[in-house]
Amino acid sequence: MESKMEIDRIRRIQGEKKSLIVIPKSVWAALTLVGLVILWEILSKLLEIPAYILPSPIEIVSRLVKEISMLWGHAIATLTEVILGFGLSLLIGIPMAITIVYSRYLANSIYPIIIGIQCLPMVSIAPILVIWFGYGLITKVILACLISFFPVVINAVNGFRSLDKEMHDLGRSLGISEAKIFIYFRLPNALPHLFAGFKVGVTLAVVGAIVGEFVASERGLGYLQLTANARLDTELVFVTIVVLAIVGIVLFLIVHLLERLLMPWYHANKAGGDH
Amino acid sequence: MSNYLQLYAVDKVFHTKTGDIQALSNIHLNIENGEFLSVVGPSGCGKSTIMRIIAGLDKPSNGSVEVNESELKGIADGAAIVFQKDVLLAWRSVLDNVTLPLELKGITWFDRSNHQTNRAKALELLESVGLKGFENKYPHELSGGMRQRVSICRALIQDPKLLLMDEPFGALDALTREQMMYDLLKLSNKYKFTTVFITHSIEEAVFLSDRVIVMSERPGTILKELPIQLTRPRDNHTRSNDIFSENVNEIRDIFQSQGILAEN
Repeated sequence: MESKMEIDRIRRIQGEKKSLIVIPKSVWAALTLVGLVILWEILSKLLEIPAYILPSPIEIVSRLVKEISMLWGHAIATLTEVILGFGLSLLIGIPMAITIVYSRYLANSIYPIIIGIQCLPMVSIAPILVIWFGYGLITKVILACLISFFPVVINAVNGFRSLDKEMHDLGRSLGISEAKIFIYFRLPNALPHLFAGFKVGVTLAVVGAIVGEFVASERGLGYLQLTANARLDTELVFVTIVVLAIVGIVLFLIVHLLERLLMPWYHANKAGGDH
Repeated sequence: MSNYLQLYAVDKVFHTKTGDIQALSNIHLNIENGEFLSVVGPSGCGKSTIMRIIAGLDKPSNGSVEVNESELKGIADGAAIVFQKDVLLAWRSVLDNVTLPLELKGITWFDRSNHQTNRAKALELLESVGLKGFENKYPHELSGGMRQRVSICRALIQDPKLLLMDEPFGALDALTREQMMYDLLKLSNKYKFTTVFITHSIEEAVFLSDRVIVMSERPGTILKELPIQLTRPRDNHTRSNDIFSENVNEIRDIFQSQGILAEN
């Protein structure tokens, strides 16, 4: 026991020393990205690639800066659809996962169907949604919801089911209700699975919103990209792609940050240390 | 000593897809107040099922369970369980893991009046198993033996009349295991609870117990009830005592005669 603590202590000290010399992973990724962008800039100048085929990074960035207020408006429209759609899939998905876990009937009837429907490309439903709900916000929200719904539900079901039998027995032996077992044991135990689902779900919700805007919209980044494409304004197409990438990364990071805040124990656990 | 718990003609049959499995057959068992009783038997003999029936987690298919001369319905009051896995909650600190039973049984989120007493009680228990200073650590920062100590504290904070232990040291290395036995004897002497200890280690059972129940293979029946005449307190020298080796050999002979152990 003592020796184990000692080893842990030594490891920690070694880890601290190491981190002084070793450059964090994110720096390597950023450097590589910057290098690739510079290469792109040089090649597009050297090979004299026309801007309607591939604009250079400097052109894209200057256009982005110039059009920032217009882009902001479209980005907000897309973000609204994503957040409403993803929120809706949580609002329906989590309670549904809970009922599937507790009801043998639903687990045997609804759950296999959900898994089956998941194989269907949700994007193909978009034209029908336009017929049903028109060109408004609802179509995009529903599409974003549909496409992010399945990873949320399936991960939540797996998470809620992953409670150890002995841990469940512990709860029972304390004489508490199944509802309390859920709050104190099952839910916190499922958090890692839930967040895995949220991360996939939120990125897919962006896909849903964009596809929705492709087929039915007068606003949003998808709409902007489609019209720019039609005008052969390749520069603006690339600008929207950049903005979309930023939106996707920011949403992912928000979920990631929430995960860290809610489960500090989990990451420390996986890293094998306490920092 | 007065009678605390009684199993009368208990059978247990599990209904599975591949047919019925009889786990226990005609178990009669009396447990005295303050007694340390071990149940030893081969894997799958239903010894854990006995513990689960005593705890009220499983219902007997036939027969009855009486606690203090009234029939057990539902979860047994005053019993605390230590499982083979420590089942600590990874998202709670050591201290919060220990106080969990009190939190769940008594106070709601709004009533914090007992908070300080619970805390003090938990700290006292942790200190008694040598975990002073670890109360704010998280389970993943502890070794296997330390984690199991925490789970014993979590059981003892309930002031149990009956401590049920289901192969609690089964997942630990041999040295830690031996240390845990001394710790358990110390705790049992201090808090005076009745213990039912499930194990597949003959030496462990003899070393710790006042009485050892020897079980057959499935369907589990009681082959022998062996009182252990070793004096208390038990210590390092207990194992070199003649009574110790006689008792261990006697149980080993029973297993050999049953074909559970064979020399070649």
